[in-house]
Amino acid sequence: MISNEKILNKYPDPRRENLIPLLQEIQELHGYVSRETIIEIGSHLPLPASKIYGVATFYNQFRFNPPGKYHIQICRGTACHVKGSSNVLDMLQRELKIKAGETTRDGMFSIEVVACLGACGLAPVISVNGEFHADVSSKKLQLILKQLRAKDKGNG
Amino acid sequence: MFNIEVNSNLIEAKPGEYILSTLKRAGIKVPTLCHLEGLIPSGACRMCVVEVEGMHDLIPSCAFPVSDGMKIKTHSARVVKARKTIVELLLSNHPDDCLYCVRNEDCELQKLAKQHGVIERTFAGEKNKYFLDMSSPSIVRDPSKCILCGRCVRVCEETQGVSAIDFIGRGSKTRIGTAFDEGLNISSCINCGQCIMVCPTAALRGQRYIEEVQEALRDPKKHVVIQHAPAVSVTLGETLNCKNGADVSGIMTSALRTLGFDRVFETSFSADLTIMEEASELVQRIKTGGTLPMFTSCSPGWVKFLEQFYPEFIPNLSTCKSPQMMLGAVIKSYYAEIEGIDPDDIYNVSVMPCVAKKFEAGRQELSNNGKPDIDAVLTTRELAMMIETSGIEANSLSPSIADNPFGERSTAGKLFGVSGGVMEAAIRTANFLLTGYELEQSQILEIRGLDGIKETIVQLGDLTLGVAVVSGLNNARKILEQIKKGRNDLHFIEVMSCPGGCIAGGGQPIKTDIELIKSRMKSLYYIDKSEPVRASHDNPYIKKLYDEYLEHPLSHKSHKLLHTSYSEREVLI
Repeated sequence: MISNEKILNKYPDPRRENLIPLLQEIQELHGYVSRETIIEIGSHLPLPASKIYGVATFYNQFRFNPPGKYHIQICRGTACHVKGSSNVLDMLQRELKIKAGETTRDGMFSIEVVACLGACGLAPVISVNGEFHADVSSKKLQLILKQLRAKDKGNG
Repeated sequence: MFNIEVNSNLIEAKPGEYILSTLKRAGIKVPTLCHLEGLIPSGACRMCVVEVEGMHDLIPSCAFPVSDGMKIKTHSARVVKARKTIVELLLSNHPDDCLYCVRNEDCELQKLAKQHGVIERTFAGEKNKYFLDMSSPSIVRDPSKCILCGRCVRVCEETQGVSAIDFIGRGSKTRIGTAFDEGLNISSCINCGQCIMVCPTAALRGQRYIEEVQEALRDPKKHVVIQHAPAVSVTLGETLNCKNGADVSGIMTSALRTLGFDRVFETSFSADLTIMEEASELVQRIKTGGTLPMFTSCSPGWVKFLEQFYPEFIPNLSTCKSPQMMLGAVIKSYYAEIEGIDPDDIYNVSVMPCVAKKFEAGRQELSNNGKPDIDAVLTTRELAMMIETSGIEANSLSPSIADNPFGERSTAGKLFGVSGGVMEAAIRTANFLLTGYELEQSQILEIRGLDGIKETIVQLGDLTLGVAVVSGLNNARKILEQIKKGRNDLHFIEVMSCPGGCIAGGGQPIKTDIELIKSRMKSLYYIDKSEPVRASHDNPYIKKLYDEYLEHPLSHKSHKLLHTSYSEREVLI
């Protein structure tokens, strides 16, 4: 595990307003906010773990599981909602047998719900590791997942 | 001082205070929900809104300061309608299972709905569906009944300095929970139950052991004994229509016999025993250069608090078990022996003002080789319910006294129920152990009362002791931090988790407020004033127990039965 020390040292003042920037930078480093990280931030600031967890769960951007090899962001913005993104999310969760914010046990896939990807013209849109897929339907979603699984197998 | 106009009448206001305080003083009732006396206002629920002339929106009176010449309407049509809507919205996702709810007829939400004439469903929201958290031996958490007032979060943080719970998530998915949404049993919760006392609904409630106790009472093979804690007899009366603070020890004992308990003992007896051991331990620590200051160890919330937040101070904790566990241990050893009963056939029940005692009873460190000395712990609330269910008219019972050999107590033992009481009892006996004389002035007024931190200096023979009495664990944090920074004038510190001591414990009747706490305290001090045996070492049955069984305080046998040790506890803090 990469050490958080560098990031913590950037915020030497034990002030609670440093909590969110700390969480953001640490998530950027590890891809998620771990239990250990919360303990570390807690003793640095100092803040109780329940409070840090409370703040972190208030925002959609923080996740508490390591992201999968393929990190799927699903847009739940207004345009995507109108175009049925709620169904897309349901399908995705059913297909991968995980909920938003979770990672499959084999570490392959993770789902994140985002407020808007800024590509309303492509609604409903998902992004896999930053690559956008437009007009997602049930059929298209299954195809995308199939391709990703095949790609992974091909890589051995 | 200046005047403000409320509902067309002039009332006096103090600069800087919140509107609600001014209204309260003038006897004007404004409904509240998230408000907690003495804590920082959060203005979360908006129940207390009032109309202020010149202001566009309704103002939460709990969090808005008064100003000169302010004109307020507390019950205008607009205000009353807003309050009603708030209640209706709170009910929109509530489970509505009042008939099956432990807080039925004792629920603030229910009361507010009634007060505001809510007689039909206005908003049909999606119901909350959350798991019931039954993981803790002391506290049940039912987030589906939660109305998110946040009182539990504030009392846990501000009063107790624990912060085991907080708001999690956002919007309609907001809930109260522990870090990582885990069970309360593995969280930093200290089981004090102050959250239960402030919860307006049944989202937080005590674990219930009534059924287990009733089953034991029905089992002819079991010898079922019960002990009652010092702070129970001065609160149970409130549930039996007695005067506030009335000491109902006598009728409670009769009621317990009517319920079918084979023996009724007093935890105040073992409080005397605790004092014999603890005062001896203090004297020994002082004489042999042991770790000081010594901390009391009878409050299980405090013990867990220390184990997880300040493990470096564990050596300061008295090794004495609490009175509940000491009595449990002597019942299953000495008592079993003299009565010729197999300890495994004894079912040991206690009635406590505390939900943390339920946790304490299950602790390995306090068991007899893994076997629990206490089998079930009831709270004052549970006992009141058992009495009600069984149809006992408590007031028509004639009072009776508890059974020997654990039925007599000194008034010092009884003082364990109030913050400062353990200290006062310990000083009386420590003085006797050191000098051979009784204290001339046995009442130590400096450590009485409801202040969170009380300190004084006592003179025992040629020994000068600095003592401190703390209640509410955020206050304990303050003292511990001072000691960490080098403060060294204190020798003995009493800590009780709940503010005011066990008379305000998390197992007491829900309606507990500052006035009730005061009357309970007065009652305990009245007992101390009016009875002759006022020091633990003068309790004849304590002498007998040592003569016949334990030999002397800190003997080998005492150490085996009455003392223990603690270790650091790893939880997410």
